[in-house]
Amino acid sequence: MATQQTRSLARFMMAPSVVLLFVWMIVPLAFTLWFSFQQYNPLNPIRDGFVGFSNYALFYSNPAFLQSILNTLTIVVSVLVITVVGGILLALLIDQPMWGQGIVRILVISPFFVMPPVAALVWKNMIMHPQYGVFADIARFFGAEPVDWFGQHPLTAIIIIVAWQWLPFATLILLTSLQSLDGEQKEAAEMDGAGFVSRFIYLTLPHMSRAITVVILIQTIFLLSVYAEILVTTNGGPGYASTNLPFLVYQKALLEFKIGQASAGGVIAVILANIVAFFAMRAVGKNLDK
Amino acid sequence: MARAVTTQHKTIATAAAWIVALLIFFPILYTIITSFKSEQEAIQGFNLIPSGTFESYSEVQAQSGYFKFFFNSVLLSVGSTILALLVAIPAAWSMAFSPSKRTKDILMWMLSTKMMPAVAVLFPIYLIFRDTGLLDSRIGLMIMLMLINLPIVVWMLYTYFREIPGEILEAARMDGASLWNEIIYVLTPMAVPGIASTMLLNIILAWNEAFWTIRLTTTNAAPLTAFISSFSSPQGLFWAKLSAASTLAIAPILIMGWFSQKQLVRGLTFGAVK
Repeated sequence: MATQQTRSLARFMMAPSVVLLFVWMIVPLAFTLWFSFQQYNPLNPIRDGFVGFSNYALFYSNPAFLQSILNTLTIVVSVLVITVVGGILLALLIDQPMWGQGIVRILVISPFFVMPPVAALVWKNMIMHPQYGVFADIARFFGAEPVDWFGQHPLTAIIIIVAWQWLPFATLILLTSLQSLDGEQKEAAEMDGAGFVSRFIYLTLPHMSRAITVVILIQTIFLLSVYAEILVTTNGGPGYASTNLPFLVYQKALLEFKIGQASAGGVIAVILANIVAFFAMRAVGKNLDK
Repeated sequence: MARAVTTQHKTIATAAAWIVALLIFFPILYTIITSFKSEQEAIQGFNLIPSGTFESYSEVQAQSGYFKFFFNSVLLSVGSTILALLVAIPAAWSMAFSPSKRTKDILMWMLSTKMMPAVAVLFPIYLIFRDTGLLDSRIGLMIMLMLINLPIVVWMLYTYFREIPGEILEAARMDGASLWNEIIYVLTPMAVPGIASTMLLNIILAWNEAFWTIRLTTTNAAPLTAFISSFSSPQGLFWAKLSAASTLAIAPILIMGWFSQKQLVRGLTFGAVK
């Protein structure tokens, strides 16, 4: 019975969350938008003032800009492909009857709980270090020349690290979804003579589609703003080879103090995130309403 | 024909799964192993058996004062989680029990605030924090982490609360329970498991947040994420020390995470996958 009283009570209880989130979203964003049309440099305040779209023009004409957009999308798409495909395969494997399934799950999920700077530092120094890393040890064992990951393939190295962090997440969610698949349906399909492959395509995959959509949506949110992994490994380099859009904005704002340009970059990042989010949310909305 | 699982099948699956699992876990395992080596041992090539020395641990504590950062991490993650729960519980409660036409839109909007890239607002936030004296303060960072995780907390609580049958509340109301009694005696006991899992997941997320915690702190409020980032420029022989510091930074949350796998799936997928 929703009386007038309970309805206004409900609104009252919702208010703090809604107001807080609204303020937290609008105020800084308005600032960023404002700064993006200003010349503003805390180190050189004499030339401050309104400059129209020139910050956008400057940011756009910066050769690092297109590279950073490309790097951002490369990171998102590569990690998504690796984690979703890898996650499905791993989930199928772990779902098999085996000894010690609980421990396997714990081992596989662990990287997700490792904070990004630790993950990046461990990979940088323990695994991929060209002299003391495990990869270098393996290369030397086979008589090959160790690879200088962060010097020669910086973006690939970062993708590997980020994929390592997110593969557990995808696996865990897809596994949970897989385990909720009706056993009787599976048996019926088997009795009808469906092989493993056709069972997977016509039964398992459609069942997991919702989980896959959720994995893609959530990972996209986080992958668009990969930051700590770049900060502690390559610092965006060499050159701009591993600079993504968030990192470029950070460099402009806090290292070069070009606040106007950084804000223009920030606005572009928001637009990019919204385009991606629009498609992701629509896909999820469709899938979740079922 | 029953789906008889042959021992052979099971053996192969077990072997394959264990190999893959150990490969994925290997970077963590190797870090833990290396943390018990001396610096000399750590760079002498691949070796899975450490000498078992604790010298790296004591050096990390002596040099950079691990416990101060650890204390900040605990305070920030637990504090921000409690703040978020205080704000989110009433909201989720009202969305679950007196939903309106706009409830779904509000929830979607809340989620969309998570899509805003943090860097886009880095400088404004930095200015606001500087001018209000919140830079490098624990309370400022606590509020920040609370705001970041608030959408997830509301969503998660909402999915748990929605499963509490409304009839029970109505029955309590019929029996003459006041709203207050209804909340304390009927709702709370049923909501506790959901609140607890929300709390657990949120502590993990806050503990590992590595953008604002690094950018808005210098020394005073710096948590473990900032502590570990100070190792990003190599300092001579530091492999064993880095390993010890890393192990210390991830151990508490790793253990917590192992216990919360199930809730994790539910929480991070906003109830869409259970």
